[in-house]
Amino acid sequence: MTKSSVIKVDGLVSAYGDDVILDRISFEIREGERFVILGGSGCGKSTLLKHLIGLLRPLEGSINILGEEIGGSDEGAFQAVLRQIGVLFQGGALFGSMTLAENIALPIMEYTDFSKQYVDTLVRMKLALVNLSGYENYLPSEISGGMRKRAGLARALAMNPRILFFDEPSAGLDPITSAELDNLILHLNHTLGTTMVIVTHELDSIFAIAQRVIMLDKNVKGIIAEGDPRQLRDQSRNHYVKQFFNRQPDSVEME
Amino acid sequence: MTSENKSQILSYKTVGNGAGEITLHFDGRLDMSGSSAVIKPLTSMLRSDAPDSLTIDLKQVSYLDDFGVAMLAGLKKIIVGSQGTFSLVNGSNNIRTVLALHRFHEMGQDLDRLEYKSVRRDPFTRLGEAVAGYFNDFAFMLTFLGATLFSFLHIIRHPGSLRRHDTLRCMQSTGVEALPIVGLISFLLGLIMAFMSSVQLQQFGANIYVASLVALSMTRELGPIMTAIIVAGRSSSAFAAEIGSMKISEEVDALFTMGFEPNLFLVMPKMVASLLVVPLLTLFSDLFAILGGLIVGVGMLDLTVNSYIGQTIKTLSLFDVFWGVAKSGIFALIISWTGCLRGFQVRGGAAAVGRATTSAVVTSIFLIILVDSIMVVILRYWE
Repeated sequence: MTKSSVIKVDGLVSAYGDDVILDRISFEIREGERFVILGGSGCGKSTLLKHLIGLLRPLEGSINILGEEIGGSDEGAFQAVLRQIGVLFQGGALFGSMTLAENIALPIMEYTDFSKQYVDTLVRMKLALVNLSGYENYLPSEISGGMRKRAGLARALAMNPRILFFDEPSAGLDPITSAELDNLILHLNHTLGTTMVIVTHELDSIFAIAQRVIMLDKNVKGIIAEGDPRQLRDQSRNHYVKQFFNRQPDSVEME
Repeated sequence: MTSENKSQILSYKTVGNGAGEITLHFDGRLDMSGSSAVIKPLTSMLRSDAPDSLTIDLKQVSYLDDFGVAMLAGLKKIIVGSQGTFSLVNGSNNIRTVLALHRFHEMGQDLDRLEYKSVRRDPFTRLGEAVAGYFNDFAFMLTFLGATLFSFLHIIRHPGSLRRHDTLRCMQSTGVEALPIVGLISFLLGLIMAFMSSVQLQQFGANIYVASLVALSMTRELGPIMTAIIVAGRSSSAFAAEIGSMKISEEVDALFTMGFEPNLFLVMPKMVASLLVVPLLTLFSDLFAILGGLIVGVGMLDLTVNSYIGQTIKTLSLFDVFWGVAKSGIFALIISWTGCLRGFQVRGGAAAVGRATTSAVVTSIFLIILVDSIMVVILRYWE
């Protein structure tokens, strides 16, 4: 693992039963990078994300996050790694029985000895960061999908993680909210230096936030392109990559 | 060779040049009605003539939908299957768009693509899959049992790690909110037992033994079992639904990625709460059943309140009460553990949550009866 890389995936094989989803893929993510995993539906983007956050264990190969191997023997060290990452799930994954404030306060109360008053201040700051001031006592069911997503981001930010993972952050959001979320990702990356790992296939978001991308393909079961998204759009010779970046559907050949 | 076919909606003209090449000129709407009118004659013609080449001219086609595309794909499949060449010509932009939408260029090239994947597997495969499925479930169950035991040990060593607020909430939903229905059912059960037994006992002038029968049977057996069955119906299903829904909405994944142990967070409050309230509910059940018996005894059997209560106290030993309470504690663990297990086994969507709740109740009740039978045998040899 090079000095500046925070995630190193080496020869990862993932399968559901007999169906191999990812076949020996390797890549690295560097500290402070805005890294996007993209690809068409069913290519294994979300599966790869689940591996990166430790929800799935590799069939073969290894995943190293912040110097710890996922699935290694030191469970305590892995738990420590988990406290340094934040995840924004597709639907927010807020705990339905808790208010937004309680959702965000949960990890802070659990892992620190701060007073209730201090935690409350922190919670208000986190909610203000995602433009949800005043919604502290709302339940997740009482707010819109976009707000749930932003609240999920506030919770993911609760412990000021070193790496933030996003599972399709723009899915189901209107263009303005989606652009706001992209700006927030850029802002957090610039100000806090948080490494951002984003799974998406929204082209606008990719061009707005990504410094480097990898593109997965379900036929290859692996990475078919890696690099700067603009360069890939303009220079890639791969038919699928060109189609993807230029939003070209398959067309029928007629004489 | 030229032939024409005019249906009401769609007409076509076949032009053959004699060298095994056929051109079909369609005219009209290639939709459900149009396609169904021409597909049979065209299919039989292509099968009998088996041309080397088929060209379909879509110049006069004003409308094409998926029924039309499926018909064209059928014709293409026949030609490609006999190693012939197939081509579409003169389609308008709209028609090209519809064809692209349905990926017409992929249809019929690889003949297997058009075959439905067989969903009927042979019985041995299905048997094997079923056995493997049971083994997987069993392995998951053992893992979950182990994780639960470890969590219990953790709670005993670090009582502060128990989520008190969640435990109190569970105590309210499992215990306090179940009290009216447990009380009512037990009261009616006591009433029925006293009434039915009095019919026989009255013949021997042994009315007073109604009190003994109700007290002993309820305290030792029926009280714990009835309470456990009611709690299984209310709470085991609720636990399975709660955890199952959390799994579907990725809340359990979120807990894991935040470094929480889902077992400690979700299972322990429910198990500890059940362990505390179900034995209490059982005591209430015993009392309500005795009250039901008392009403029959006093109202119909000319017993006095004092004699009924006196006989009840005379019959019951402290051991009977403790035995029932101890059993209900074990039932409480079974009910809450089963509910949580089924919740964690949820995979997929809303239907899986429904299956998990049903399965939680059925498994709980089965295990309650099974464990009760074992305990009856143990008691028989103990006494």
